[in-house]
Amino acid sequence: MKLQKNTLAALYSVLEFAAHPGEQRSAAGIARQYRISPHHLAKVLRALGRAGLLESVRGVGGGYRFTGNAKRLTLMNVIELFEDINAARRGGRRAARRELEPAGVAPIEVEDAVGVVLAEIDEIAKATFSSITLDTMLKLVARRRR
Amino acid sequence: MARSGRDPVRVRSAQPRDLGEVIAIDAGITGMRKPEYWGEILQRYGSGRRRQRFFLVAEDASRVEGFAIGEVRDWEYGMPPCGWVFAIGVRPDARLEGIGTRLLEAICQGFRRLGVTQVRTILARDNPLILSFFRSQGMMAAPFIALEKDLEP
Repeated sequence: MKLQKNTLAALYSVLEFAAHPGEQRSAAGIARQYRISPHHLAKVLRALGRAGLLESVRGVGGGYRFTGNAKRLTLMNVIELFEDINAARRGGRRAARRELEPAGVAPIEVEDAVGVVLAEIDEIAKATFSSITLDTMLKLVARRRR
Repeated sequence: MARSGRDPVRVRSAQPRDLGEVIAIDAGITGMRKPEYWGEILQRYGSGRRRQRFFLVAEDASRVEGFAIGEVRDWEYGMPPCGWVFAIGVRPDARLEGIGTRLLEAICQGFRRLGVTQVRTILARDNPLILSFFRSQGMMAAPFIALEKDLEP
């Protein structure tokens, strides 16, 4: 599973907000801290707002504030807002045209076998992302600081 | 998270009298009663029978709230001695009160006393609840991959 730039920006910013619950933070500040294009980040933050993870704060010094539950929200909850992680995988196709390649392996069989391995990797990645809450990530950040 | 408004919890070695409650907690979680299995576990791990094995329960004034089982294994998979946690379970209505954390801490303390510096477990990847618990305790992926296959008759 390779995460897109938008997804990584979402993960960085949601963790940044969750680390400062109740505080409003500006999109420009986060863009600067994580070297993300402000234009790009604005779209990401709007998506996080629509999902109920952030609320926008209007007025002078406005920005966003975290409204999620860091003990409940997992990395997967954020990732699936930006990635089609449940899209049908390459694997699982049956080798229906096996008879077309009697001397060796049929292309469809090769595709199928590679797909099975890629699907296995995806399953492990999904299980990992689904088991790590924002709170656990913030603890990891603190442990790595020590 | 601290337990508020309820009796304090004490963690101790499991005794034969705890078995009924442990079986009930496990059945409540897994949907299956396994009295013979738990009898065997008590024989092998209970009451501090062997120094390297731990079968702990967490109890308050009225009942057993959870259990944990673990063991120090030497050179398993070619790795230096380390602590393995095989099972941990807490009554659903007593969760989010730090009981699982207390049980895991107690078992890790037992491992430390035996000179062990690492703890491991193996979990079903389709069980995010228990995966999240161990993750929240700071556990990360170990340098192993579990493999299996169907045995053809």
